[in-house]
Amino acid sequence: MLHSLHTCRYWILYALFSFTIIFGVHHEWVNAYIQLIMMFIGINIILSSSLNIINGYMGEFSCGHAGFMAVGAYVTSVLNVWLFASDRVFGPAVLSGNWILLLFPLTLLIGGLAAAFAGLLVAIPSFNTRGDYLAIITLAVNYIVKSSIENIQTIGGARGFMGMRKVVNAMGDVWDIPWMMIFVLIFTGFSVWVIWRFVSSTYGKGIIAIREDEIAAEIMSVNTQQMKITAFMLSSGLAGIAGGLFAHVLGYINPGSFTIMKSTEIMVMVYLGGMGSLSGSVISAVFFTILLELLRPLQVIKWVVIPLMLILLMMFRPEGIMGNREIRDFFPGKRK
Amino acid sequence: MLEIKNLYANYGAIEALHGVSLYVDQGEMVALLGANGAGKSTTLMSIMRLPPPEAPLIKQGSIFFNQVNLLNVPPHVVVAEHGIALVPEGRRIFGNLTVFENLTIATYARKDKNQIALDYDAVFDLFPRLNDRKKQRADTLSGGEQQMLAMGRAFMCGASFILLDEPSMGLAPFLMQELFKALKQLNENGVTIFVVEQNANIALKYAHRAYVMETGRIVLEGKSHELVNNPEIRKAYLGA
Repeated sequence: MLHSLHTCRYWILYALFSFTIIFGVHHEWVNAYIQLIMMFIGINIILSSSLNIINGYMGEFSCGHAGFMAVGAYVTSVLNVWLFASDRVFGPAVLSGNWILLLFPLTLLIGGLAAAFAGLLVAIPSFNTRGDYLAIITLAVNYIVKSSIENIQTIGGARGFMGMRKVVNAMGDVWDIPWMMIFVLIFTGFSVWVIWRFVSSTYGKGIIAIREDEIAAEIMSVNTQQMKITAFMLSSGLAGIAGGLFAHVLGYINPGSFTIMKSTEIMVMVYLGGMGSLSGSVISAVFFTILLELLRPLQVIKWVVIPLMLILLMMFRPEGIMGNREIRDFFPGKRK
Repeated sequence: MLEIKNLYANYGAIEALHGVSLYVDQGEMVALLGANGAGKSTTLMSIMRLPPPEAPLIKQGSIFFNQVNLLNVPPHVVVAEHGIALVPEGRRIFGNLTVFENLTIATYARKDKNQIALDYDAVFDLFPRLNDRKKQRADTLSGGEQQMLAMGRAFMCGASFILLDEPSMGLAPFLMQELFKALKQLNENGVTIFVVEQNANIALKYAHRAYVMETGRIVLEGKSHELVNNPEIRKAYLGA
């Protein structure tokens, strides 16, 4: 009872926060550029906290998160463009625009499922590999996904895929409020909630046991193989959802958006925030996204400054901003 | 309860067991004694078949637990469904987690909430020191306390049968006594215990029966009080 009350309070706070943002955006208190950054923050929160499941809580090293993001982005985009936009390849819209508000979240989830399936394909061969080997496998998968997309001409190949702008416009035709911001807020909240429930349940404690000692986890009745698959699929599935949102926020995607560079960015956010800290991932996603934008005037030099900051971080605070603590650990009275 | 018949096992090219047969009945406390490399741990690891390289390859023989063949049953199923828990060699506690979190993870596969609450109490009754250090990180515990935690954790798996691999390793003599007293206590509360031990002195003091292994074979078996008086045992293992 007490627990549900607590959760309820967080939900109300988040809903209020979201309404403020949506209201503000609707009345154009902030310009389109700031709005875009706000949406990127949401997407990056999903990406970093979902990668934290594997790299933080499970203590493995997956470095191909952008690959799963790409799967979700393309699946969601193709579905929506096919259903709701007239396109050169996919022909006229299949459904009337009125369906879009209902079906868009569904297509995001389908994109997530597709990414989770891709995650499953990676998890199975990497059963008996740990550490460096899993890193190599995920790295390879990142390349496989990117190269595959580059070679499928129906979805634009290396030129990229567009038409999502029309889909977003179709949402606006139904009711003119900032829909993409709403969906980003909903799915960010949803992802963080799912991950929080997962890692704080007894079931989720299993992945922490795997991180600590896989053999000991197994003799504590943790089905380590199943647990790894679940964690991997959850992580990649959420990355897929983030990819779907990313595609529609930007209105255009190309394989170049999902390179190892993107994966590195996500990893930086995880390590900056602290491995095994969900609030750390959220904070660092906010911080890092804003930092990237502030450093934009530096152009390429940005990629000298940011790695340099990373080196300094590793030297002076290797555990990241939060270590493995959560925000509420700093408020002793609030722990249940 | 547990019956191992004619077990042959090897690690790669090295043959570790040459036809081991033994049994443990319900409610018993049985010790498996022997020198380093005699195959004691291998016997234990054949019951709890951990992923390689921990587990030996079994070539021949059978392991039955309550009429169920345990060969090819994965360890987490052995623990969750058959109620056999292992206190591994070197304890393998989760050092970065607190004492209480260590115990919580052991309840991973259990659904019986009421019994879990009772079991926590039972563990803290048996090892009051764990209760004092509930919130402490497990790697800050002393060796003896870590061994207590490993035993408490095995009990929290809901086990009716606990396997222990060298529990006395690296402990001061008085701590060994304390641990074996706790084991005896567990045993009297209805938990069947099978303990692999190098320290024959202490094992024979507390166990009902014992097996003695040498180079992959059982060479002697009997009631503890008989073995204590066996001149060969006295010479080889008890230093008298």
